[in-house]
Amino acid sequence: MVLGVFAHVDTTVRAIGELRRRGFESLRTYSPLPLEELEEALTGHGLPRSPVRLFTLVGGVTGTASGFALTIWTVLKWNLITGGKPVVSIPPFVIIAFELTILLGGLCTLLGLLVTAPIPNLGGTVHYDPRFTADRFGVEVNCPPDQVRQVTEVLRGAGAEEVRS
Amino acid sequence: MTGPPVRDPLTHRDDEPVRDAAARRDHPIAGGSLAVAPATPTFADVNRDVIRTLDFPGNLYFGWMSIIALLLAGGIIAWVGQIYWGMGMAGKRNPQMWAMYITTFVFWIGIGHAGTLISAILYLFRAKWRTSIYRGAEAMTIFAVMAAGLFPIIHAGRMWLVYWLIPYPSERFLWPNFRSPLVWDVFAISTYFAISAVFFTVGLIPDVAAVRDASTGFRRMVYAALSLGWQGTDRQWRHYRRAYGLFAALATPLVVSVHSVVSWDFAMALVPGWHSTLFAPFFVDGAIFSGFAMVLILLIPLRHYFNMYAYITERHLDMMGKLILVTSLVLTYFYVCEGFTTWYSGEPIERASYLFKWVGVYAPWWWFQIFANSVAPLVLFWRRARTHVPTLYVVSILVLTGMWFERFNIIVPGLAHGFYPYTFGVYIPTITDSTIIVGSFAWFFILFLSFVKVLPSLSIVEVKETIPHPVRDGHAP
Repeated sequence: MVLGVFAHVDTTVRAIGELRRRGFESLRTYSPLPLEELEEALTGHGLPRSPVRLFTLVGGVTGTASGFALTIWTVLKWNLITGGKPVVSIPPFVIIAFELTILLGGLCTLLGLLVTAPIPNLGGTVHYDPRFTADRFGVEVNCPPDQVRQVTEVLRGAGAEEVRS
Repeated sequence: MTGPPVRDPLTHRDDEPVRDAAARRDHPIAGGSLAVAPATPTFADVNRDVIRTLDFPGNLYFGWMSIIALLLAGGIIAWVGQIYWGMGMAGKRNPQMWAMYITTFVFWIGIGHAGTLISAILYLFRAKWRTSIYRGAEAMTIFAVMAAGLFPIIHAGRMWLVYWLIPYPSERFLWPNFRSPLVWDVFAISTYFAISAVFFTVGLIPDVAAVRDASTGFRRMVYAALSLGWQGTDRQWRHYRRAYGLFAALATPLVVSVHSVVSWDFAMALVPGWHSTLFAPFFVDGAIFSGFAMVLILLIPLRHYFNMYAYITERHLDMMGKLILVTSLVLTYFYVCEGFTTWYSGEPIERASYLFKWVGVYAPWWWFQIFANSVAPLVLFWRRARTHVPTLYVVSILVLTGMWFERFNIIVPGLAHGFYPYTFGVYIPTITDSTIIVGSFAWFFILFLSFVKVLPSLSIVEVKETIPHPVRDGHAP
């Protein structure tokens, strides 16, 4: 494992491009903010997709269904006409279903984030540097020991301030 | 790219002469349109300036906290008295069973809406200027909902039975009445609180990691636990960004739905002056209006005491001023609509109820409401007023009191002048309910003041997104 520490966005992107051109695909970046150019450089084509939205969809649909299920099932349990309205009166139940859609959609999105990111990330990674939450960018390359020298050269050539292995 | 001019954040002020015309024009936060703008901060500046706000507070802070804590204690004592001696302590008698508690409940729920609008809707619209104010506004939302949530419980009288509102399978299969707007409220507000809290917490994770990396010892342990091991890897950011966008998309309908549901508590009833389809948009607009005023009331001192002039600039005040102005004009339109609907309805009781607001016992508060919500904000048409801090502060305080009285004028005179002269009645505030309401303000401010010293009140990550990214030999992307 080799880590290059960069002070600039463009040098970081260049290092990733050069490494990928030489066949190093097992990369990890660290950055203080989300950057689309880093994501694009890592995939080489467009922005990658994230499965988080599937969690949101499942949560939202479950919420809608459970909202209607809860209201309809409970009014039928106590079958009493109030205010001359039908016992199963859909318009007010839409409000409950709507709120539960948002609630479960949001909670499942949170679950999706925790599962995919993944956080809590208790172990951490070997090469993390506290400056990565301030103003430095990191590129971590997973490579066999005999290629460390080559990776180091690429990182330095692209403009790394510091290379560690 | 030329480097930004050297700047000392500890002595910097907005009124400092600008040293670099190019930096001013290109300043990403100040936007170049204003006469004076501070120099652009760098990434390292952002971390230092924000983490500096978490230093141990001085005597001024503890002085304010003590005063607020006393007010809160007064509110708690008053509530205990009300529980012991009964709801008569709060001046509750027919026909005024809602009075000031529900007024203040609606007021606090409304305050929260501006925070969600700034953090969700403006995020989806990619309004970059929101980045340095959204964290404070979002915290305001959470604490406002926490203050609002007290009132249904205080108002319930037998508050130990408040769990009856939660749908749970009791032994007799008695469930809440889902056709009741009060039950819709329970769902709307608990959803609002849950989603706002999740949105706020997720936004904090990378910032808490930044605080962790800048601290040592015990403090580092605490922030390390709170940061959930965030390291800013590409994988974490990829999912984080998608999740954040989805949270914003889910919170957006809440901005319009929560206060609509609150308004239906009134609109579903047959009380003259309440039974109107106008209520939902009317409430939502008023909520956002009062919320922006509260954001200004919190952020202007925040930027002064934390010396955040480089981040919360005149442009932010200008934008907030414009939003207050727009929502004020829309609100004025609704006031006019309300009058015309009543007039054209041909309904004598509806007209009598409306006329009672104009000339009855509560008329001074009605006209104060019109002045504070419709007339005073008009000063914000004037560009200099929108960046003049004392003017903005006075307008904001007027708007907040005006909006509190708007809810008062809906509830109290509405109930005071119903269908039968037999049921007319005047409500007079008591010491108990006034003290509890002051206590709710103390509760809100104690939470907010604790927040600004424990968590970053500016988003470190999002501010960085708006300033030029460090590049060596290309152009900033």
